[in-house]
Amino acid sequence: MSTLEETTEQILQLASGHFHVPREQLRPEDDFFKTLGINSLQALDLLTHIEQHFRIELPDYELQGVSDFRTLAERIQSRL
Amino acid sequence: MKSFQGGAISWKAADGVIELTLDHAPCNEIGSVTLEELERFAEAMGAIEHECHALIISSSRKEGFCAGADLRELYRRGQSLAPGARVAQVRDFLERIHGVLNRLDASPLTTIAAVHGVTFGGGFELALACDLIIADKMARFCFPELRLGLIPGFGGIPRLKRDLGNGVVRDLLLTGRSINAAKAQTAGLVSQVVAEGDALRVARTTASQLKKFDREAAATAKRFIKPIPREELRREIDLFCELFARPAVEAGLRKFVESTDALPYLP
Repeated sequence: MSTLEETTEQILQLASGHFHVPREQLRPEDDFFKTLGINSLQALDLLTHIEQHFRIELPDYELQGVSDFRTLAERIQSRL
Repeated sequence: MKSFQGGAISWKAADGVIELTLDHAPCNEIGSVTLEELERFAEAMGAIEHECHALIISSSRKEGFCAGADLRELYRRGQSLAPGARVAQVRDFLERIHGVLNRLDASPLTTIAAVHGVTFGGGFELALACDLIIADKMARFCFPELRLGLIPGFGGIPRLKRDLGNGVVRDLLLTGRSINAAKAQTAGLVSQVVAEGDALRVARTTASQLKKFDREAAATAKRFIKPIPREELRREIDLFCELFARPAVEAGLRKFVESTDALPYLP
């Protein structure tokens, strides 16, 4: 199973590729709404990519109150 | 009339296939303009469906297929009305959209919803009225109505119950969570999951295949396997209106309309 750091890194790579933001501009503690400049619909896109990449189901209510990559990785980690 | 270009939808019939396209910013929310144009389409279907075998419904909005009812319009239009008149207005809207969706459901054509992105609430219900759902792998399905103190009102519950096991129906309705296309296919909602941007192309290919079949046999098969749950659809309208009459719903609608939350589409 991946470590939290590895999961975080995979999310950062995914977000970087999908939203065309250089990986080096993204940090685990960043607010992904602000850093990626995304709205709620794009957040759903990110969620779908995450579910496909990690082969998990992540109910969107799990994202309530989550805005940084590291916490997102923790939510994913609990379903791996 | 074999084609129509409106402010929210357009459609054309060619080579035995009717293609209806939703195109109303931001994400095809169903308000009065869309409803009026869908009613025009439903009326026109009688004259053209005898020479067609399939209907494809898709969206040209990049955000998705349809984000559901136009809650902003619903809230705005209700503001000048007394509570009783507000409910009457909603009931009228529901009766009319049910008329359209029942017409689609009962059409002898094989109907295909080619969906991508957001397919929420009334958009999901529109897709459920179709015979086949072909989904882009990035499509997401959701019934978020409980957030507003409501239930789906465009026939969603009876049609979901018709198609799925009760456990999945309860999950979708009672958690209000969205599910992706793969999960929707596993649940039995979606017939094909296709690559990003490919849903309409695959729907067209599927429609071409349907052309090979006897029209009467296809219509008979559809009537046999897909009965319209009319009694439950009526009951859904009544329940929706009972819930809508509560002050909590107006407060929920106001909160949604005035929300600056970054996640208005999440439960």
